[in-house]
Amino acid sequence: MSVPYQWDIVLSMLLFSIGAVGVLVRRNILVMFMCIELMLNAANLAFVSFARHLNDVAGQAIVFFVLVVAAAEVVVGLGIVVAMFRRRRGATADDFHLMKG
Amino acid sequence: MVPGALFHFSWLKIPANRIDFLTFVFSAAIVLVGAVNVVRQRNPVLAALSLVMTLFGVAVLFVEQQANFLAAVQIIVYAGAIVVLFLFVIMFLGVDREESISEEPLRGQRFWAYLLMALTFVGLLLAGLGSRFGSGVPSVAGTLNDNPAHPRSATPDVVVLGKSVFTTYLFAFEITSALLVIAVVGAVVLARRPGAGPLAEEDDDEVEVEVETAEPEEVST
Repeated sequence: MSVPYQWDIVLSMLLFSIGAVGVLVRRNILVMFMCIELMLNAANLAFVSFARHLNDVAGQAIVFFVLVVAAAEVVVGLGIVVAMFRRRRGATADDFHLMKG
Repeated sequence: MVPGALFHFSWLKIPANRIDFLTFVFSAAIVLVGAVNVVRQRNPVLAALSLVMTLFGVAVLFVEQQANFLAAVQIIVYAGAIVVLFLFVIMFLGVDREESISEEPLRGQRFWAYLLMALTFVGLLLAGLGSRFGSGVPSVAGTLNDNPAHPRSATPDVVVLGKSVFTTYLFAFEITSALLVIAVVGAVVLARRPGAGPLAEEDDDEVEVEVETAEPEEVST
């Protein structure tokens, strides 16, 4: 038997907090995206731990779908960044402070 | 407060199996160091490489919890496709110079962010302490392991997961494929040069290359 599942849960809590503070602190939009990926990974880790603890395959199935949604999200998000960069010549959040103009 | 699984601190004892313990400690260290580096690293390229480090650590933790298929998918999709896409866009836009991360456009932003992070962690910990996980009711998805006494000789996880995804979660699976098609079309529309003509008339648009690298990686999920 491996380590108690609570260890993985606490680790995923830490990972989620680090990702959240990254989104709040960083100004580069690409790095903010990476921090969102960190938070998604924390959720995946918690899902897999609970799947093992509760002996239920639903947790792993949800992780499967989260992976697909994360891939789609990154593609659309980076497309938006490319489109905005062409307009503003910058990829920090300060460059995108106007919704129109 | 309901005495839950996290409430009794018996799980804090170091488990008898030292190999599992050391695997967890090393991969947790890799995960945390990589995550902190993503936040602290000034150079976006190095932040992306730190993200790969974290993703590998999470994959090791997946293997440790008998989620072998998900660990492989994690490596292929995240490290192989998503991070490559990140690096491609960083290089494509030329934003790979270092940025100052100590500058604060909003006064006090950093302080409030760290305070909020601490509150988030404490709140999550309290929510975990006060909860009892598992009602004992079997879910519709099926069990992961029909022989709990011998977890490593049970049915392979990819068999169980495949059966579940293609029967119980078939509708969600179909919706996911529609989502991927929509995302690919959206990326093509977003990444086109504004004011350009129809797609067929653009002969040398380098933006299309980025979309074409994104598409096959989606299919592999």
